[in-house]
Amino acid sequence: MLNKLVNNAEEAISDIHDNATIMLGRFRLCGIPQNTITALVKKGVKNLTCISNNAGVDDFGIGLMLKTRQVKKMIASYVGENAEFERQLLSGELEVELIPQGTLATRCLAAGYGMPAIFTPAGVGTEVADGKEIRTFDGKQYLLEHAFKSDFAIVKAWKGDTHGNLIFRATSRNFNPLMAMAGKITIAEVEELVPAGELDPDMIHTPGIYVNRIFKGVGYEKRIEQVTVTPRAN
Amino acid sequence: MLDKFGIAKRIAQELKDGYYVNLGIGIPTLVANYVPENIEVILQSENGLLGIGPFPYPEEVDADLINAGKQTVTTKKGSSFFDSAMSFGMIRSGRVDLTVLGAMEVADNGDIANWKIPGKMVKGMGGAMDLVASAKNIIVAMQHVNKAGESKLLAKCSLPITGLGCVKKVVTELGVFDITPEGFKLLEYAPGVSIDYIKEKTLGRLVIADDVKEMTLG
Repeated sequence: MLNKLVNNAEEAISDIHDNATIMLGRFRLCGIPQNTITALVKKGVKNLTCISNNAGVDDFGIGLMLKTRQVKKMIASYVGENAEFERQLLSGELEVELIPQGTLATRCLAAGYGMPAIFTPAGVGTEVADGKEIRTFDGKQYLLEHAFKSDFAIVKAWKGDTHGNLIFRATSRNFNPLMAMAGKITIAEVEELVPAGELDPDMIHTPGIYVNRIFKGVGYEKRIEQVTVTPRAN
Repeated sequence: MLDKFGIAKRIAQELKDGYYVNLGIGIPTLVANYVPENIEVILQSENGLLGIGPFPYPEEVDADLINAGKQTVTTKKGSSFFDSAMSFGMIRSGRVDLTVLGAMEVADNGDIANWKIPGKMVKGMGGAMDLVASAKNIIVAMQHVNKAGESKLLAKCSLPITGLGCVKKVVTELGVFDITPEGFKLLEYAPGVSIDYIKEKTLGRLVIADDVKEMTLG
């Protein structure tokens, strides 16, 4: 019987090893697989290459693994608001590859769609283009960018079932469904886990075929970086 | 001379009914506050939302619902969520009518630099390189001079480039400029600002439109 259920984050990451390449879903602090990150910190795997849109803040998200010096290389599009990251970057302790956000997303998509590469205009004429093949289509230049190859993808979903089908919520979807398609092994942690058959097939964002392991996360702390509100008049 | 709210107000005059618009972080975000009441504009947030609504009431704050500037927001009637690949798909395929971005430098041929100061600031380009490489219509909202008083409107960018020849218009506290083959073309000057002062503060090629006029903010 098809069952991708694991008990917890520790079990889900039991074969993540030193020097692995892992992708982590999120945009800023939204949609972070926090149970799995905590387990990776506890396990102490080292020399990781992390592919993620951001690097977290100092005490949340990937920031936790930077603090423990588990990350050898970071591939991201935006890394502001993290003092420890900036320190490691400027001192040369951490290798960083900054790439355009759309390129990051589409290189995940290509991996999940079984395509080796994409052409994108983002970065033409900039240092991002250094050493990359350029092709001209209809008079416009495009960079050849390769699909990501990642040992593991770790994502966070709102709801999931025991077949690995996933549903994301609001803007915490972001990179999660893309990375879910792009790992050799994909681990999903979910807020709500249900038996297969309970989710409406029309509502599934990530079909379970892409997901190898799923577990119900605990203690979700939904951290907000910048609370902006409309005050009630009175 | 305008303040940042004035710059945002002036850019809001460029909005047209039915536009899909991507607003960058900083002054561009303020443009949302000045959308004329008689038109409908759909705001795109590259983290996966079309139809950004106003900030939530305190009890409605939702950590799963933020804009690209990480602020908590709401959805508007008719909004939709999507993943980051589709988000940049709609940008890359030219569906977004107008993009408003901040910049550190703009050159008189439309080159823009806004993502890195070597040795000092390394935050990354985020979605800026994707936006400038594909957007049909890019307006830059920025201060005319940097903190040292030096022009940010240049003949050539000195900082690492974000995109080449892509900016169409620049709005600063001093005026409104089109990017033309002749360089920056002054269309409007801000109230209380002389054309001579603008010339003094602009390092790139500058031409003055025949019908140059004082800006009206309504």
